[in-house]
Amino acid sequence: MPNKNEARYNYILNLADNTLVLGQRLSGWCGVGPFLEEDLALTNTALDIIGQAQMLLNLAIEIKGEGTVDDLAFLRDQHQFKNVLLVEQPNGDYAQTMFRQYMIDSYHVHLYRALVDSSEKQLAAIAEKSLKEVNYHKERSELWIKRMALGTSEGLERLQKAANNLWHYQHELFENSEELDKLVKQGIAADPNQLQQNWLNDVSKLLAKTPIKTPQSGWRATGGRLGHHSEYLGKMLCEMQFLQRAYPNCEW
Amino acid sequence: MKLYEVFLRAKSGLSHKHVGSVHATDAEMAMQNARDLYTRREEGESIWIVDSCQIISSNPKDKAAYFEPAEDKIYRHPDFYPIDKKVKNI
Repeated sequence: MPNKNEARYNYILNLADNTLVLGQRLSGWCGVGPFLEEDLALTNTALDIIGQAQMLLNLAIEIKGEGTVDDLAFLRDQHQFKNVLLVEQPNGDYAQTMFRQYMIDSYHVHLYRALVDSSEKQLAAIAEKSLKEVNYHKERSELWIKRMALGTSEGLERLQKAANNLWHYQHELFENSEELDKLVKQGIAADPNQLQQNWLNDVSKLLAKTPIKTPQSGWRATGGRLGHHSEYLGKMLCEMQFLQRAYPNCEW
Repeated sequence: MKLYEVFLRAKSGLSHKHVGSVHATDAEMAMQNARDLYTRREEGESIWIVDSCQIISSNPKDKAAYFEPAEDKIYRHPDFYPIDKKVKNI
């Protein structure tokens, strides 16, 4: 792959893997959600996000010029996945799932808003379609956070724990690099600094409406884009990729 | 959790029709749950939510008194008048 394409491929693959891994994670709630309506609603969200993964992986394959979407999803090992560590974190309780979801939803809203104007036409089209979906996802996760934080003391306690657990994974969403900077200058990628400002605005506005205390900055999760993952991704992939690994090329 | 009734309008110009109910803790959640349960396949473009407690319903034991007297009054159906050919959409 020429260098120019490699940078685009890496960028798209990071976005694609974020959605693929998150979609699979959320699917873990299917059938065991807190009640029937919410079970279906979160599964809808998971399906939207897997749909986005499919479109982004397709674009990645086009840029790469070989292989299939299924190869990328089912035949890569964990060190070849480029997602941020936030999306592979365990579902935990509903507070943890929804806090993670709000972090990602807000990121996705600002990301896709920016990418609507990307000079990469297909990426702009994917962003335009996905923006409607993630606007709704964000509305949902925001309401869940308000409901839990302003409801019972147990809800608030669990949310605070989730916030403390997940807060330090945000930085990775906005990591810059020389390669990314070039793509931003070419009008292909979204500017991570701008995204981070918008994201922090959103999150601090929401948290100000609740008694949740913003966790103090400390360590920063990093490494996902280089394929360095937490202990959780491998186990998830074992399950997700089992069929293709055990029965290569099987179809159903 | 409370129960809410869901009404959908398939497209503008039509009326909202009852499609089912949802459980929710509050009106906003009821609206979102209705959207997620009842409009996944493009069934509608407008949703009404009504708190189920607010529905005033006829009593099944009144069925005979309320509805059966209409059975033998076919003259109430407007089927006995010739309609002018020029009149459309009736």
